[in-house]
This record gives sequence, structure tokens and C-alpha cells, in this order.
Amino acid sequence: MAVHADSHGHGHVHVHHPAHQHHFETMEQQAEAATLGMWLFLATEVMFFGGLLMAYLLYRVWYPQAWSEGSLELDIMLGGINTVVLIGSSLTMALAVRAAQTGQQRATVVFLILTMVLGLTFLVIKFFEYKHKFELHHVPGPNFQFEGPLAPQVEIFLSLYFALTGLHALHMIIGFGLMSVILWMAAKGRFSPQWYSPIELAGLYWHFVDIVWIFLFPLLYLVDRAHHFA
Amino acid sequence: MSGHVSPKSTYYAIFGSLMVLTGLTVGASMVNLGSLNFPVAISIAIIKATLVILFFMHVKYSSRLTKMIVGVSFFFLAIMFGLTLTDYMSRGWYTSPRGSTGAGTQVGISVNSPSRTAVAPAKAADDQSTSPK
Repeated sequence: MAVHADSHGHGHVHVHHPAHQHHFETMEQQAEAATLGMWLFLATEVMFFGGLLMAYLLYRVWYPQAWSEGSLELDIMLGGINTVVLIGSSLTMALAVRAAQTGQQRATVVFLILTMVLGLTFLVIKFFEYKHKFELHHVPGPNFQFEGPLAPQVEIFLSLYFALTGLHALHMIIGFGLMSVILWMAAKGRFSPQWYSPIELAGLYWHFVDIVWIFLFPLLYLVDRAHHFA
Repeated sequence: MSGHVSPKSTYYAIFGSLMVLTGLTVGASMVNLGSLNFPVAISIAIIKATLVILFFMHVKYSSRLTKMIVGVSFFFLAIMFGLTLTDYMSRGWYTSPRGSTGAGTQVGISVNSPSRTAVAPAKAADDQSTSPK
């Protein structure tokens, strides 16, 4: 396709954007294809975490008492703070994408840095939670120690806790790496109101990881807690 | 590229709602609602996830094709959970007189769990000649 005129919004006409690839009719179509592709990837991620959540649900049906005892071992305070931190990072991420959409480069950079700081805060809190579990010998394996007859079943709960939160933390670390690249691109002034797909897609990934935690927090920390005091 | 730009106030309102719902789910977990604790926690989580998907992830303003992919991904998750749980949660509702494999029995952690040995008598009844009796 030769030089391509594209009128948008403000009524002015400009020529072929450097980021516009020739196999797409318009920039809108290109952005649409990118978003669709990202969502297809996220659909596979839904099933990826879904498999582990299926295991969680089955064992919960079999060992409800162990699930109640296991969730009491988790720190509701740290889990709650991490939920606030992560939802806060989703807010700054959404604002970073908005700043890129409206061509505010400085705000984009600032919000991306805030997102990364909050993401790092989450991982540091998670690290101390894991450290505490190691000290108590609550990590499944040969050194696992737990009082009471339900110990083997609580070990299964804690295995799923480490698998689910570990996989989630891995996604956070990958997200942090992703954000470093996006931050570098934003600082270089690569994004414009005409083209901001990378930050939009990185945002989708970041929000997805947030959604996973939105489910993990009640499932691991909260649910069945009240039954213990009945 | 002229994607929808949401006003900042929308993002702050969604963040506020997510915080309120987080408080609500923590509060609900402290009260013993019996078998309702789980559905309440899951419902609040689904509402929170929907808010994030619609507004933070811009799905509300996305094309119908994108909306369909989002819907399908959660639909397939529901198929996996639904079909698997209909099996496991209905076990023990019916056991045939000759004994049916696995039905009504729980899979234990130990290798010599009763569920594995329970299959043997049913087999023996089928074929008298090879039966040790």
C-alpha cells in the first residue's frame, strides 16, 4: 500500500504512520488485531490458572476441614495489604495507558514507575510471607510440620497455596520485566495518540494478573475462615 | 488509532468500588454464614473481576469480536469446572447393587485406600470360575 491518508477526530489529514504495517488497512484495524491477539493469549492463561483452581476446588470438596485450618495459617493482614497494593497498581497502570492515549509522555512515565513500585511492593510482602512459612516448616515436603490429625490434608492445601501464589508471583516478575521495556519505550517518546499498542497490551497483561489475585485472595486467605470459630 | 479514552474519574470510581468490595469480602469472611460463605466470596470476586475487565481493560469499548473472545475464555473455564464438579459432587448419590467403581467412595491419600480394593468383589461376581472362592 502506498502513502495512505487517514483522517481522524480533529479533521486534519496525515500520511502513513511509521508504525502502520502494510498488511493492515488502517491503524484502527492494526490496533484491533493486536488487542484480539492479546486476549487470545489471555484466554490460554485463564485455562492455565483454571487447571490449578480446578485442583483447589476438588480438594476443597474432599477436605473442607483441612481447608478451614489451612486458611487460618495465612496472614489476612498481609494478604489484604497486597490486595490493596495490587489493585492500586492496576489503577496506575490504567492511568499510564490513558496518559499514552492522550499524548502526555511525562505522565505516562510517572504512572509506569508508580505501577512498577507497587508491583515490587507486592513481591516484597509476598517474599516475607514465604519466609515466615519456611521458618514454621509449613512448606510441603520432607520438612513439613503441622500439629493435628489433618496434617497430610493441610499439606495439600499449602501445596496448592504455593503453586497458585508462586505461579502468580512468577507472572508478576514477568510483568515487571515487561514494564521495564514499556517504560524505556515511553521514556524514548515512542508512544503517541496514534500508536500506543505496546502499553495497551502490557496493561491488559498487568490487569489480568490483578484479576488472578482478586480470586486467589478470598479462595486462599478468607474462605472457610469463619467456620473455624463456629 | 483512536481508541476510547475514559475520563480519569471513571478509573478513580472503579478503584473506589474495588476497595469497597475488598472490604466487604474481608468483612463477610469474619461472619459465619454456613454454606453461604463460599458463594458470597466468589460472587464478590466475580463482580470485582468484571469491573476490571470492563473498565480497566477497556472491554466495554472493545469490538464485538474481542468481547466474544473474552466471553468464550470464561465460558470454557465454566465448562471445565461445571462438568468436573457434576462428576465429583454427585458421587455416592447412587451405588448399584453389584457395586460400581469409585461411586460413593472417596479417593484417599494412601496407596492402599479402600476405593482401590472395593473394585475386586464386583469383578469376582462376574466370573465364578476364576474366583478364588
